[in-house]
Amino acid sequence: MPWRVVARYGLCADEGVLFKVDPVLDAARTMAASYFDVDGTLVRTNLVHPTLFYLLNQATPGRTLARLGGALLRAPLLALAELRDRRAFNEELYMLFRGMSEDRLHALADEVVDKVLRPAIYPGARDLIRRCKDLGHEVVICSGALDFLMRPLARELGADEVIANHLEFHDRIASGRMIPPVVAGPTKALLIREHARRGGHDLDASFAYSDSYSDVPMLSVVGHPSAVNPDAALERLAHAHRWPVVHLDRTP
Amino acid sequence: MTHPCVVTLDRKSAPRVLFAGNRLIEVDLPAGTRVIYPKPPLEGLRDPDAAIRYAINHPYNREPLYALLRPGMKVVIAMDDISLPLPPMKRPDVRERVLTIVLQLLADHGVDDFEMIIATSVHRKMTGPEVRHIVGDRIFDAYWPKRLYNHDAEDRDNMAFVGETDLGERVVLNKKAVEADLVIYVNLNLVPMDGGHKSVAVGLCGYESLKAHHNPKVMRKCHSYMDPKTSELNTVVERMGKVTNKVLKVFTIETTVNNRMFDRALSFLHKNEDDWSGNERLAFKGMQFALDRTPDEARQKIFERVPSPFELTGVFAGETEAAHAHTLKRCFEQYCVPVEGQADILVSGIPYVSPYNVNAFLNPLLVQVMAQGYLFNMYRGQPLVKKGGTIIITHPCSDRFDHAQHAPYVEFVHRLLPETRDAMELHRRFEHEFAAHPAYLQMYRRGNAYHPVHAFFMWYWGEAGRQHVGRVIVVGADNAYIPQVLGYETARSMHEALEMAKDTAPPSPQITCMHLPPIVMADMVMPRSPGVAP
Repeated sequence: MPWRVVARYGLCADEGVLFKVDPVLDAARTMAASYFDVDGTLVRTNLVHPTLFYLLNQATPGRTLARLGGALLRAPLLALAELRDRRAFNEELYMLFRGMSEDRLHALADEVVDKVLRPAIYPGARDLIRRCKDLGHEVVICSGALDFLMRPLARELGADEVIANHLEFHDRIASGRMIPPVVAGPTKALLIREHARRGGHDLDASFAYSDSYSDVPMLSVVGHPSAVNPDAALERLAHAHRWPVVHLDRTP
Repeated sequence: MTHPCVVTLDRKSAPRVLFAGNRLIEVDLPAGTRVIYPKPPLEGLRDPDAAIRYAINHPYNREPLYALLRPGMKVVIAMDDISLPLPPMKRPDVRERVLTIVLQLLADHGVDDFEMIIATSVHRKMTGPEVRHIVGDRIFDAYWPKRLYNHDAEDRDNMAFVGETDLGERVVLNKKAVEADLVIYVNLNLVPMDGGHKSVAVGLCGYESLKAHHNPKVMRKCHSYMDPKTSELNTVVERMGKVTNKVLKVFTIETTVNNRMFDRALSFLHKNEDDWSGNERLAFKGMQFALDRTPDEARQKIFERVPSPFELTGVFAGETEAAHAHTLKRCFEQYCVPVEGQADILVSGIPYVSPYNVNAFLNPLLVQVMAQGYLFNMYRGQPLVKKGGTIIITHPCSDRFDHAQHAPYVEFVHRLLPETRDAMELHRRFEHEFAAHPAYLQMYRRGNAYHPVHAFFMWYWGEAGRQHVGRVIVVGADNAYIPQVLGYETARSMHEALEMAKDTAPPSPQITCMHLPPIVMADMVMPRSPGVAP
């Protein structure tokens, strides 16, 4: 669309284009984006569900058993990390991927989306995203989940861009560590700021959606934050700040 | 000779009792003040069910309902939402009575393909318990939520284009109704602006159709909302309704209720305070004492829990316009009190309830709706208050909103109104932004929130009053900010408010107090100029 070109790169003068319609120029001036957390916000699953799918679908039953055993041993560490903060939890959780091949992780990604994520998409998620797109927003997934899972999910939901975690690979084998910056908590806010700067988005006119109190920094950087299926702490905060509280888990 | 409902106070008159939100306060009004009381309740029909059966078997300008039914046909039954009547009535609600009879008739004629839609337009969706209250246990348990549900004005797949008026107004309605072989509308008419073409053409439409008439330009041309003949809003709705009825086969069932808002124990609130008995005065003092010592939240709940003993006074069925003409007549009969001459200063209490805050707090935007919308428009002929006159209201104007129902109102009041109170500017600059707000729309669709544009409609609702009235003064506001945002002045007492109002009034101003609720309308007769033949 021409107005996007004008807004982003200022080609208007070069091309000698003159727009006379006010709303077009208004829209160009206020290019907004909508940033979405995923787990608990757009889908009812959390990071553990796709991870479990991978653990249960190893090349051989023996490997599956070994992986599950390893996961059980790490369970107390995961619980402690969850109590500390979301970033520590992500780091502990993704250590379960250590030793898996990049090919296998990518090959199974579509299946994870098909069998785990798609059925878990909340009834209102697609409608919400469609309405953001109707407004001309760039729709951005901003999740602590892994990029190779978020990309197909973004396609499924009609999102334009993905900000997600990247696993580190050595010789195409996962090390279990994440490549910084780790997408969680306050870092999400930082990444959204960078994304908006790159894309020419006006953060005051942008929207953000999350279910979790840990995403308050992400919600706070935009002009239009919304709590979606919120946990108790976020719901209290949303009421105090009079943010919209949306329940995508309900059918109309 | 003045009407018995119009009382002129003298020096010995008792203080008047006015609502101030969910409290009752006594105010001293000067001698010579004219107080307009509601008419006594019309007598209720002795056998409401028989009256309903008679009406649908003897409709106006239509075949009887049974003659329109055939096995295998698709029927949609639409009905008014909980904004009518106010407060919600004691069970059985009139809608339950009508639906029970209509559903039996459908069953008798082999019509089993029917759905019931609550015609909420862009009002909030009703909750399950609220729907149960209006349709009754039996119907609710049998049909909710699959065949009895709320209209969803934002369900794009389920809205259908019906047609366009000569002036280009687009009629887009609920697809189920458009595709039905017959639409039966069950109305409960509280005030004269309800019912008629508004039922289907507004109740089942969405924003695309609403914006044709819910805009400041149309509102400015309404003189008053309660008099369909002089209401531009009604004119546009009628145009769109005629287009609707050309495409849809509509059988209208309209009902009227009396104004018995308070049960026997509180019925003295209808009456002239000078006529209260000793027991009634004692009951009032006890009630006031208890309310003053009850926390705000609990006070609101007490009022919300008490349904009104409204009684059915008329049932009129058939073709929309023909049936509605009879409904209007009955409404005016209940509400209209002849009043001669306009006031310089109009005084009224603002109660705890409006059509838009059932089971919620009356927030500041709705205080404005009640003052400059409903109160101002309670007239036929000429407004009760003169052009440039003053309205004095009693209400705390608390900065309090129900988050689940009125989230978009908060942003409207706190972000937009401080920028501008000009309805035209709000309409031009911000309405489209709210209309497409993704989060607010989900709150409307999946929760119990009003559609985001409803906040704008509420401001436009006060537009005719804003254009006409010079000043609004609030007595008893608990903060200065909200009245300031609404463009109101504040006074600590009624005496102070009257003194302030007199600054811009002529000498010896005519002061009128509208004593509501229950609802009362002024049938304004302008005094004859001396020497002019009648």
